[in-house]
Amino acid sequence: MSCDTAGTVAAIRAVASTVAEHRVELTHLDRDIGDGDHGENLARGFTAVVSKLDGLDESTAIPGDVLKLVATTLISTVGGAAGPLFGTAFLRAATSVGKAETLDAAAVVTALTAARDGVVARGKAESGDKTMVDALTPAVTAAKEAAGDGADVGKVLAAAADAATAGAAATTPLQARKGRASYLGERSKGHPDPGATSTGYLLQALAAAANG
Amino acid sequence: MTVGLILVSHSRELAQGLAAVAGQMAPSVTIATAGGLEDGSIGTSFELITTAIEKADSGDGAILLYDLGSGYLTAETAVEFLEPEQAERVVIVDAPFVLGAVSAAIAAHVGGDLRSVIAGALDARSADGPGGLRAVPE
Repeated sequence: MSCDTAGTVAAIRAVASTVAEHRVELTHLDRDIGDGDHGENLARGFTAVVSKLDGLDESTAIPGDVLKLVATTLISTVGGAAGPLFGTAFLRAATSVGKAETLDAAAVVTALTAARDGVVARGKAESGDKTMVDALTPAVTAAKEAAGDGADVGKVLAAAADAATAGAAATTPLQARKGRASYLGERSKGHPDPGATSTGYLLQALAAAANG
Repeated sequence: MTVGLILVSHSRELAQGLAAVAGQMAPSVTIATAGGLEDGSIGTSFELITTAIEKADSGDGAILLYDLGSGYLTAETAVEFLEPEQAERVVIVDAPFVLGAVSAAIAAHVGGDLRSVIAGALDARSADGPGGLRAVPE
């Protein structure tokens, strides 16, 4: 199975629903060790994404167009660090899939890798800094492994999502070294990173849409 | 023509207040602000930053100062979206927000080129620079 433009749009709409569903929870997590706006910011961004998708002509768009539209909308509307970070992730993913009309498992792995590399380049975070990189890097590794074993798009995304969710949970004991939470020093320990958590939700939504 | 300044802050009031302070000794300099989100709430806006860059860069270049790390991320993204020719002369400078803005504005006001204005902002962090930091005890 591979993912066409309609499939990509459906997956992004699923992400928007998930973000809306977890809006309050993400904001609460961010209140513990951040500036307390992550859920609101992402929800505002994905609400704008959905209204842009409503105006998209799916008959002429390719998956890369959808990813680019998501990127530019998030950059313009999120209003916190998550805007440029998620925006850059989607922008790099869009560039990596090029003019492909459907995305197969290999394309998904390439897109995820490009997205992770974009976030690292933008935010300069390394693994273990208690950021979304701690969800994305295990996701890329798991996706590569799954694709290497011959998994389809749905299975690749499921593997990536589960690894991202585990990676997000594993940020709990870490001390933040990037972002607003890093000002808290030792006190940032004991809470999961909001950006890693939302990254996990995002990938779970993509996986559920691909397998639905 | 002078080098312009872009002040990126999470707060509209913070950016506007700093523009007023920095503008006192630099009346000839365009100090464009991008503070908060469009609706006035706290955050940094790609659109407001892009608009402020267009306002501050008259062709001689501009430097951009920011208050917090996520402002840097949004600013860096905005600069990347500029035409390459303009992106080369819009420089994000990691300098103390208030002291750097005042120091850079004066460097621009006295006719400094882009390089001198960047140096003006960076000098604000040095103990020998303007701003009286020499008085800070060891």
